[in-house]
Amino acid sequence: MAELTYRDAVAAGIAQEMTRDENVVFLGEDVAGAGGVFKATVGLLDKFGPRRVRDCPISEQAILGAAMGAAMTGLRPIAEIMFSDFLAVCWDIVANEIAKSRYMTNGQISLPLVIRTANGAGSRFGAQHSQAVENWAMAIPGIKVVAPAFPADVKGLLAAAVRDPDPVLFFEQKSLYPMKGEVPDGEYVDELGKAKVLRQGKDCTIVALASMVHKSIDAAALLEKEHGIACTVIDVRSLVPLDTQTILSEVSKTGRLFTVEENPRLCGWGAEIASIVAEECFWDLDGPITRITTPHVPLPSADLLEDNTIPSVDRIVSTIRRTMG
Amino acid sequence: MDTNVKRKKSTPAEIEIGRETRLELYRLQLELRYCEKRAFDLFLQNLIKGTSHLSLGQEAIAAAFGVAMRPDDYTFCTYRGHAHTLARGASMEGVLGELMGRQCGLLGGKGGSMHLTDVKKGAMGSYAIIGAHLPVAAGAAWSAQYRGTQQAAVCFFGDGTTNIGAFHEALNFSVVWKLPVIFVCENNLYMEYTPISAVTAVEHPAADRASAYGLPSIVVDGNDADAMYQVASEALSKARAGGGPSLIEAMTYRHSGHSRADPAKYRPEGELEKWLLRDPVITYRERLLKHGFNEPTLKDIEAEAMKKVDAATATAKASPLPSVDDIEKNVWADGGAAWRN
Repeated sequence: MAELTYRDAVAAGIAQEMTRDENVVFLGEDVAGAGGVFKATVGLLDKFGPRRVRDCPISEQAILGAAMGAAMTGLRPIAEIMFSDFLAVCWDIVANEIAKSRYMTNGQISLPLVIRTANGAGSRFGAQHSQAVENWAMAIPGIKVVAPAFPADVKGLLAAAVRDPDPVLFFEQKSLYPMKGEVPDGEYVDELGKAKVLRQGKDCTIVALASMVHKSIDAAALLEKEHGIACTVIDVRSLVPLDTQTILSEVSKTGRLFTVEENPRLCGWGAEIASIVAEECFWDLDGPITRITTPHVPLPSADLLEDNTIPSVDRIVSTIRRTMG
Repeated sequence: MDTNVKRKKSTPAEIEIGRETRLELYRLQLELRYCEKRAFDLFLQNLIKGTSHLSLGQEAIAAAFGVAMRPDDYTFCTYRGHAHTLARGASMEGVLGELMGRQCGLLGGKGGSMHLTDVKKGAMGSYAIIGAHLPVAAGAAWSAQYRGTQQAAVCFFGDGTTNIGAFHEALNFSVVWKLPVIFVCENNLYMEYTPISAVTAVEHPAADRASAYGLPSIVVDGNDADAMYQVASEALSKARAGGGPSLIEAMTYRHSGHSRADPAKYRPEGELEKWLLRDPVITYRERLLKHGFNEPTLKDIEAEAMKKVDAATATAKASPLPSVDDIEKNVWADGGAAWRN
């Protein structure tokens, strides 16, 4: 085990896969010479050269279109969209082309590609550089959606995404880039579609993603210590495929479900999980399902406003206390 | 040739076109013509549903590239893509079957008229969002360059595409990366219902933008299969030799409306008639006669082409409908549609 930052785990995951497979190539804006605006891809250009690690113009449609064309003809591209907000300018390629081509061609076209992108709040960048948009992607059939919370998961899930035969949208939470954590040495590959139970308690189940996982863990510790409420915390890790077995089984044990989401309220991923739980383990529930989300507003930039918009440890604690009575 | 169609800087080199190639160009144009006409008839019989965008009048472009390309080259086309897909050798019953929503369709009824694809023939898809496939074609060209295969990617699109961002992104990207990709603008004078000249800053929507990307400005008579074949061959050679992308504007005209729903009433009186005099199939036949081919040879080709279309129609009509079990198949590489465990 080595201690790596979340940011270094990105480069480690990409390097592992590029070393293993000559067909893995990496492209994006400022990713090669500059090593990424978040410095998550430093060293890749030196290691693999400009043929495989390529700087692109500010042309998100061209970047993802090129990744798609390369993927359908034998390469396994990793494309970076600098900020997940920018997915909106190339959403046609994601939602209409990449996600649908296999289905529309009845399986003729395979698109083994990964779109990496920096997602979410915490950096005071405002509504066009700090959104959490994982729920946009979840709404489109044909694309897998992954969002790691820990450096080890960054490396392992990124490797799994590169090896996956289907397109994967890989959301890195930008405020987690400096976070350190143990990462297995050597070749490390995780599995898409598996949630992780990080903590178990008898009173309620918290389901969270990316940076909300860390807030949920902190909230669970406070709830237990100060209020005697024991929480299970699940890191969903992958929205598509979704590990409903783990979620349903843990909610059945505690009888209560809280989702903690950074995406704005309407049609956030927690709504889908709430619906599945309500349909499939309603009789195990002891009380209403509660979603803790960003309100349905564009994200403000000032630190005070941003901190009070996205779910905080305090809000998770107070919501759970209030709801649990 | 219509004197209104200007050839700019890059007049194609006079590549010798052999007799076999000429016959092949005629045969392919005829097949495309007959098949598109058949598609129109099948619409009128309500055997083809949805929409459809025919290439009637524009066949020379797809045919010329179809003949000039290598079997392992890649084609990307638009929702007006029946001709381009057939020109790569996709099965005609597969095309008509797809239009009719039958099991024998190229896409098993999943895609329809606007998404014809036959990967085994290098027909890498028909794309129904304007501009989307230009960067995708660039990506396939990048892959060919990376793998060192000397394959080229050819990307067909209409004049309307030149006003969308992806056109400009793809051109710049392809030139900077020196990709073996050929962008072919079929300028049929109308974006959909609106004349392209009414909404475009320059006279030649593709060729006049070429200089912005350091490319030669190429305008060619898209109704002349020989001229198209020469331009195509030249661009393919350039791509294979590492010379980078080409942008070709082929002047042409669609004989029917934009889609099934469009009677094309917006066209000025006499315009269609003028272009019908330059019908690529008819004028090519006249040229072949001038070049010494005899009537019986051409009649044989015509009869064969019609036989092929008839046979494909019969096969497609006889093909069963897709199974509703197919609805949840092929979202993922494992053949299924599961998003949860």
